[in-house]
Amino acid sequence: MSNKVIYGVFDDEEVLLTSAKALRSKGVRIKDVFSPFPIHGLDPVIGIKPTRLSNAAFFYGMFGTATAIWMTWYMLISDWPMNIGGKPNANWIENMPAFIPVTFELTVFCAAHGMVLSYLLVNKLYPGRKPHNPDLRSTDDKFIMEIQSSENKRVSEDEILSTLRSTGAIEINQKDLK
Amino acid sequence: MENHSTATVRQPLILGNKTYHQISEDIARPIEGKASKLFKVVFVISVLLALWGVGCFAYTIGTGIGVWGNNKSVGWAWDITNFVWWVGIGHAGTLISAVLLLFRQRWRMSINRSAEAMTIFAVICAALFPVMHMGRVWVAYWVFPLPNQFGSLWVNFNSPLLWDVFAISTYFTVSLVFWYTGLIPDFATIRDRQMKPRMQRIYNILSFGWSGSAKQWSRFEEVSLVLAGLSTPLVLSVHTIVSMDFATSVIPGWHTTIFPPYFVAGAIFSGFAMVLTLLIIMRKVLNLEDYITIQHIELMNKIIIVTGSIVGVAYLTELFTSWYSGVEYEQYAFLNRATGPYWWSNWSMMTCNVITPQLFWFKKIRTSLVATFIISIFVNIGMWFERFVIIVTSLHRDYLPSSWTMFHPTFVDVGIFIGTIGIFFTCFLIFSRTFPVIALSELKTILKTTSENPKQPHH
Repeated sequence: MSNKVIYGVFDDEEVLLTSAKALRSKGVRIKDVFSPFPIHGLDPVIGIKPTRLSNAAFFYGMFGTATAIWMTWYMLISDWPMNIGGKPNANWIENMPAFIPVTFELTVFCAAHGMVLSYLLVNKLYPGRKPHNPDLRSTDDKFIMEIQSSENKRVSEDEILSTLRSTGAIEINQKDLK
Repeated sequence: MENHSTATVRQPLILGNKTYHQISEDIARPIEGKASKLFKVVFVISVLLALWGVGCFAYTIGTGIGVWGNNKSVGWAWDITNFVWWVGIGHAGTLISAVLLLFRQRWRMSINRSAEAMTIFAVICAALFPVMHMGRVWVAYWVFPLPNQFGSLWVNFNSPLLWDVFAISTYFTVSLVFWYTGLIPDFATIRDRQMKPRMQRIYNILSFGWSGSAKQWSRFEEVSLVLAGLSTPLVLSVHTIVSMDFATSVIPGWHTTIFPPYFVAGAIFSGFAMVLTLLIIMRKVLNLEDYITIQHIELMNKIIIVTGSIVGVAYLTELFTSWYSGVEYEQYAFLNRATGPYWWSNWSMMTCNVITPQLFWFKKIRTSLVATFIISIFVNIGMWFERFVIIVTSLHRDYLPSSWTMFHPTFVDVGIFIGTIGIFFTCFLIFSRTFPVIALSELKTILKTTSENPKQPHH
């Protein structure tokens, strides 16, 4: 069997969602879906695990907090202690109230930027990257389901095509993979 | 979908019989079309104003800040007034995109993109002032915690001015990435339209190779939500810290605990006024009346009533507290504001900020574009005067009557302020013709539930 990729084109996200459910109930593996906006409820259907980016953001935030605590302690308590306006500076904890704003800002800074950088990294987004959506209309008003025949040995190609057709795909395109 | 309500109680947020494709078309039109004559005229004026400002900047750097009207008693004047004014304006963008996202307010989707752009440009304008006020701008990097060899000491983490450095730089960079993550999918929509190859190459770079796969979208939604969650306390902290520049000092009229909430409310108040000023023009010029509807304007006006009333109550609370405190310096500061040589600035502030927004209680006024536009200008002016009143009237008559003086702005003070307005509008005009001014991918998610014809938005 040749390795083929099938693109089911839909013009409504809800139709695509019912179609995806129908295909999944037949045991068809859906490789990916390209859409102009997020389709809610699609991820569990096509087997996408929830992202762990927010957990990562929490740890980046903690790193920011730790950096700020270390920085304020090292610079103003340990390396060059200064008595400013008679504020207690013998140890970090007594001076801590004045350090809260910087600590907060650094926490947010690290959490936000760390998360965005990780997001760009895992999504492989960077200036100059070639986009790989199969159809230009998928960023406008079409919803495209990608199925690879090599991943679906147990379901016949005809069955996939007929299910796509009967569940509302307005167009079906096929492409041979080398 | 049955579970999504199609209640008729709420008015549609998107007018006209739009389809997904129509939304892309409407928002790509300003980018692909030719600039009108009016646009070119306004653009040239903005650039000239910006250049005038740059000239005044150059003069200040070359000669020193003695060319400003600041003096020994009034050490902070127009520079910090403008700084606080611009930062405050920026806050509405974050409020719309972050706080309204957390509250699941769908009407934000038509306005968040341009409001965030406004935030970015306003913060750039704001940051210019404290940097200029340093005098020696070439050593501006000394505000960062760098090793001792650069200065003689480490930076002072006890100082609100340093807190400001951290707050403003965090606010600027986080707003920028929040804005840009939202822009990536919309740039991809522009990229995938058939257009001139040179334009295509530019949007190809700007869209970072976005393809809109299911995984990308799932991560996109997570990032948007967490960034909104981070930006919400951030925006509150930024103006809190700005207010602490004043509140942690011992100047009468500044040394009050009401400052943080009062400044934050004032910031949102002035920011929404600026959003209205910009959007009322933008919706007309770019033909976006179907997306930025009268309902959007009315909802923003309601926020103006709320924040404007908070500001009004804060003014009265300040007055009461100064009297009730029994501190004669504090009492004199407020008496001097109302009846001293700067009485006119105080009463302009009171009129513009306390009285005019109350007109929005009338439905006729808050749904009228002309009235809203005029009132939004009044609020912009009033909020500038608020900062002027707080800064200059508190400083010009200090504890020592022999050093009492007046502040008179020089042409450089005026030039720099006008220059930042020019920079702001130049940036915003470029944005309005090269960026998707409405978050179109987000807007498509609500088309089915909030368009005029919810049962069959397309075919």
